[in-house]
Amino acid sequence: MNAKRQLLLVRLVAWAGAAAPLLWMIYRIFLGEGLGADPTAELTHWSGFTATTLLVVGLAITPVRRITGWNSIQKVRRMIGLWAFFYATIHVAVYAALDQALALDFILEDVLTRPFTLVGAAAFLLLIPLAVTSTRGWIRRLGKNWVRLHWLVYPAAVLAVLHYELGQKTDFTRAPVTMAVVLAALLGARVWLAMRKRAAASARGTRARPSEG
Amino acid sequence: MLINPKKPWDDIPSSEITPEDVYLNRREFLGAAVGAAGLATIRPEAVAAAIRRRAGLQDPEVPAIVSMGEELRDDATEWRHVTGHNNFYEFGTDKRDPARNAGSFQPAPWSVRIEGECENPGDYALEDLIRPGEVEDRIYRFRCVETWSMVVPWRGVPLRNVISRAAPTNNARYVRFETVFRPEEMPGQNAPILPWPYVEGLRLDEATNLLAMLVTGVYGRDLPNQNGAPLRLIVPWKYGFKSIKSIVKISFVEEMPLNTWQEMQPNEYGFFANVNPEVDHPRWSQAREKPLPSPFRSRDTELFNGYAEQVGHMYAGMDLARWY
Ligand code: HEM
Repeated sequence: MNAKRQLLLVRLVAWAGAAAPLLWMIYRIFLGEGLGADPTAELTHWSGFTATTLLVVGLAITPVRRITGWNSIQKVRRMIGLWAFFYATIHVAVYAALDQALALDFILEDVLTRPFTLVGAAAFLLLIPLAVTSTRGWIRRLGKNWVRLHWLVYPAAVLAVLHYELGQKTDFTRAPVTMAVVLAALLGARVWLAMRKRAAASARGTRARPSEG
Repeated sequence: MLINPKKPWDDIPSSEITPEDVYLNRREFLGAAVGAAGLATIRPEAVAAAIRRRAGLQDPEVPAIVSMGEELRDDATEWRHVTGHNNFYEFGTDKRDPARNAGSFQPAPWSVRIEGECENPGDYALEDLIRPGEVEDRIYRFRCVETWSMVVPWRGVPLRNVISRAAPTNNARYVRFETVFRPEEMPGQNAPILPWPYVEGLRLDEATNLLAMLVTGVYGRDLPNQNGAPLRLIVPWKYGFKSIKSIVKISFVEEMPLNTWQEMQPNEYGFFANVNPEVDHPRWSQAREKPLPSPFRSRDTELFNGYAEQVGHMYAGMDLARWY
């Protein structure tokens, strides 16, 4: 398989994976059994969970590429990030329009006075500039600053996972903790890779690049 | 005799406010209703029809008798939601887990141990505890601490009837309830989600308030397992977690019992757990509620869930923000 076709395949798989939760939800609403007694809660959990999962998957791409050398997956990182933002937007819209029935005073009171919702809102605010600047034009215009700006996806993911954890009633041990552990491992992998790179760079500096010749 | 549901009914024995004819069993009642069409018996029949409609049930196993809360009958939450959306962690933490996982639970035979500060302790078979002549149907609002709410036609007996037969002594100040512990039938109990078995409690005056009910049925049928078969508490002015399910033990005690959710998270859940729009949960506002299956949290929550007239006097002078 040539590189072009391989990239196409990776794109297709990533797109299908990211779109699957949406298709599944549409199926459940219109063709399946519906969303039960509490559709708002169902939509909130589905969208919040999918957004957070995709954020974490997006962050896994760089370490996985570095470790496996599977370079084509780098090309789908932006797409996965945008899908994460799409689900996060549904999540916030369901919260505002359904759960809070668009009562602005209640929304403000809720978001500003409670850590659980405040952390979620902070995550969402961090994601907005990333989504806006994800186009080719912005990448060109921002140059090196684009990479700096998009580093914000790390604090956004940390806040999203923290929000997930804070929202738990009793189930501290399962999905949210798993997500937190995976996120911590990914952050650790990034730090480790950066340190290895730096060490390699300084080694090259002192030993006059013996391997390159 | 007219029933005015807005009037306080506390301290009036139910036999006095419920007309004789509504105590007839359903078959007798139908005959009477047909014979007396257009007369006074029309009203309970209309209630039964309305409930049957809400329940989505075709067969006639639905109450014809409603002694309290008739004004709520058109708001009654459909059967499929009442029995499909439950917080019953013994069967799993998802709202749909209980309906899915409670199938192999054995609610019969059932006995309840009554113990502690009372004159008639012992193990009582369910049939001896719940006397058929005392059974009534009542439509109550149900408000979960998580902000969703329902309107449910329960069937059961006033808790005070059972308490008066147990004859608590002067030392009894609280009533403690315990759920059955059967990890082999209740998969949730195999995980340390909560400290099992589930425990709840009421102050004795709360337990003997006429609104407090020991429930054996819903929509005129026996309780489905996921709703707390075969015997649960319903205290409609408190958040749903107070209404403990599948009760096997009732103890009369001197000290305030430590209820399970208070033990889990004392800063979030207290002993009283009275519905109160002004006392928020640390993680969300309690000012409004979502009357399921509505997607909107747009109904204003009422103090004591709308039962202030019947229960408010018990909390006169109490700081409700402190005793949440
Ligand atoms: C203004 C911003 C936000 C608000 C007000 C908000 C509010 C909520 C609410 C009310 C819940 C349901 C809690 C429950 O019923 O237990 C929830 C759950 C959740 N939210 Fe958010 N959220 C916000 C932003 C976000 C963002 C940006 C993300 C991720 C990118 C996110 C991820 C989650 C997750 C993972 C859950 C738990 C889902 C589950 O239980 O499976 N939230 N959020």
